[in-house]
Amino acid sequence: MLAYLIRRFFAVIVMLLVITLVTFGIFFLFPKMIGTDPALYFVGKQSDPAAIEGIRQKMGLDDPILVQFGKFVVGLVAGRTYANGSDVTHCAAPCFGYSFKTEQEVWPLLTDWLPVTLSLAAGAVVLWVIGGVATGVISALKRGTVLDRSAMGIALAGVSLPIYFTGMLAIALFSDQLGWFGRPEATFADDPAKWFNGMILPWVSLAFLYAAMYARLTRATMLEVLNEDYIRTARAKGLTEPVVIGKHAMRSTMTPILTVLGLDLGALMGGAVLTEYTFSLHGLGYSAVRAISEHDLPVILGITLISAFFVVAANLIVDLMYAVIDPRVRLS
Amino acid sequence: MTAPLHDTSAAGPAAVAAPEVPQKAIEGRSPWKIAWIRLKRDKVALAGGVVVLLLILVALFAPLIVGLLGHPPEELHEDMLDPLLGLPAGDWGGMSGDFLLGVEPVNGRDVFSRIVYGARISLLVAFLSAFVAVGLGTFFGIIAGYFGGWVDAAVSRVMDLLLAFPQLLFIIALISVIPSKLWGFEGSGLRIAVLVLVIGFFGWPYIGRIVRGQTLSLREREYVEAARSLGAGRMYILFRELLPNLVAPITVYSTLMIPTNVLTEAALSFLGVGVKPPTPSWGETLSTAVRTYEDDPLFMIFPGVAIFITVLAFNLFGDGVRDALDPKGSR
Repeated sequence: MLAYLIRRFFAVIVMLLVITLVTFGIFFLFPKMIGTDPALYFVGKQSDPAAIEGIRQKMGLDDPILVQFGKFVVGLVAGRTYANGSDVTHCAAPCFGYSFKTEQEVWPLLTDWLPVTLSLAAGAVVLWVIGGVATGVISALKRGTVLDRSAMGIALAGVSLPIYFTGMLAIALFSDQLGWFGRPEATFADDPAKWFNGMILPWVSLAFLYAAMYARLTRATMLEVLNEDYIRTARAKGLTEPVVIGKHAMRSTMTPILTVLGLDLGALMGGAVLTEYTFSLHGLGYSAVRAISEHDLPVILGITLISAFFVVAANLIVDLMYAVIDPRVRLS
Repeated sequence: MTAPLHDTSAAGPAAVAAPEVPQKAIEGRSPWKIAWIRLKRDKVALAGGVVVLLLILVALFAPLIVGLLGHPPEELHEDMLDPLLGLPAGDWGGMSGDFLLGVEPVNGRDVFSRIVYGARISLLVAFLSAFVAVGLGTFFGIIAGYFGGWVDAAVSRVMDLLLAFPQLLFIIALISVIPSKLWGFEGSGLRIAVLVLVIGFFGWPYIGRIVRGQTLSLREREYVEAARSLGAGRMYILFRELLPNLVAPITVYSTLMIPTNVLTEAALSFLGVGVKPPTPSWGETLSTAVRTYEDDPLFMIFPGVAIFITVLAFNLFGDGVRDALDPKGSR
C-alpha cells in the first residue's frame, strides 16, 4: 500500500513536470519557430529596444528553454530572484513568475481566482449529484414508463445543449426579463445574500448539463446491476425492495458514478471555462481565456498547472477510493 | 461481437436444417445484418439518422440552398437595419420572405444563409477531427493492446497524460499562438486544418483506451492463434484478423464522438479562437449575438438551436447504433 502510494505520488510529479514542459514549449518554442519574441509580449510592441533587452535579461528569456524550465521549477519549490544589474526582484515560493500584462506576481492572482471557481464547482456538484442520480435511479426502476422516457428525453436534450447557450437563455429569461436572479456581481465577503442570488443561475446551468450526463449514466449502470445474480439472491432471500435497491444495488451503481464524479470535479476545479466566460465569473477559466488572448504566458502556465494538478490529484483519489468502495479491488 | 466477420459458420448448420422447413427459409445473418434490423426497429434513432442525413445534405448543397432562398453569407445589407441603432429594421429580427431568419444586427448579413453555411464548418470540422481521432486511436490502441510490454506502457502513459491536460485551455492556447500564415495555408483554411488536427489529437486517447482494452481480450482468441500458427505475419493479424472485430466498438465511439466535436468547435468559435470571421460558424454567430441579445433575442436563438438539433440528432443516432451493435442487446 505504501509502496503503491509512493509510486503513484512519483508518477503525479512526473506528469506535472511533463505538462509544464509542454506548456512551456508551446509558448516559448513555438513563437521562436515562427519568429516572434516572447519578450515582446511582455513589454508590448512599441517599447524601445533597450527596455526589451532589459526585460529579456531580467526574466532570463535568452536562456535555452530547458534552463528556463529548470529555473521555473526551482522557483516553484524554493522561490526565485530576478536580477538585471541593480534591478532585483524577489519572488517567494511558490513562484509562478510575474504576469506579463499587469506585472503582478502570478501566485496571488491564482489564489484570488481559485475561490470563484471552487464556489461555482461546489454549488453545481451538490445540485447535479442529487438531481442526476435520483433521476437515473427512478428512471431505471420505472423503466419503459412515460416517466422514464420523458426524463431520459430531457437528459438527452440536456447533454446536447451548449452551456453558453443555456446560460445566455437563463440570463435573458430569469435575470433580464423576470428579474428573479441577479448577475454574479457581489462577492461572498461583500454581501452573502446577493452573492448567493447571483450564483444561482451559473450553478443551475452548469448542474443541468452534468445532471443530464449523470442521469443517463446512473440509469444504464443501475439497469445492468439489477440484472446481476446477487440482486436475484437478495430478492430470493426475502429482502424488501428498498433494501435490495438502496443497499445492494446502489453500492455497485455508485462505483462508476464516483469515478466519473472524481474526474469531473477535478476538471471543473481547474476552471469551468465556458460557464465562467458566459456569466463573467472571474475564476480560473475566465482568466485563462483572457490571459491567452493577451499572450500572458506566466498566467497561462500557472492556470494550466493548477488545472492539471487537480485532474491528476482527482485521478489518484478516485483510484484510492476504489479500494474503499469496491472490496474486489486491491491496490498493488 | 464474438465471431470474426467473415465467419460463416452460423450459416452452415442452418443450411443443413433448411430443407425440413420449406415454408420459411432460414438464412445466415451476419452481426451487421442483425444490427441493421435492430436499428430499423428503433424509430427514434432512425429519426436522428434522417436529421443527420438532412444536415449533411444542407451542408453539401449550401450554395444551392442559399442561392434559392437567401443572400450570400458575407453580403452586407445595411439598408435592412435601423440606421440609428444598427438593429434590424423590421419586427422579429427583420424576418421576412426575403430574409427568412432575419438579418444580423450591426452589419445586416442574412442570418439564414449564415446558419446554412455554418453547417458546413460544423460538420466538416466534426467529421474530420473524428476521423483523425479514430485513426490515431485505433492505430495506437491496437498496437498497445497487441504488443503489450513497453509499447503498451508507453502508449498508455501518453494517453493518461493527454487525458490529464486541461484540454479546452490547451486547445485555446495552441490555436492562439498559431500565426495567420503557416506552411502555405492561410485564413480560414488554416484555422480549419488546425481545429481538425487539435480536436482530433486530443480526442484519440478516448478511442485508444477502448481499442486497447478490446484488443487485449481479442488477442487471446483461438482464431488469432490459428492465424499465427498458419504463419500469418504481425501486420496481417493486426489489420486483417483483429481490426475487423474492432469495427463495432470503433463505429459506436466515432458516432458518439462527432456530437462532442460539434460542441467543441462551436465552443472554440464562441470563445473567438475557432474559425475566423467572416467565415460563418454557429459558435461565432452566438458570440456576436451575446452583444445584442437584449435588443434582438431572436438572433441568439437560431445558432443555438442549430447546434442543439445537430448534436441531439447525432446523439440519438449514436445511441441507436450502440444499442444495435451491443451483443447483449438489453433494451
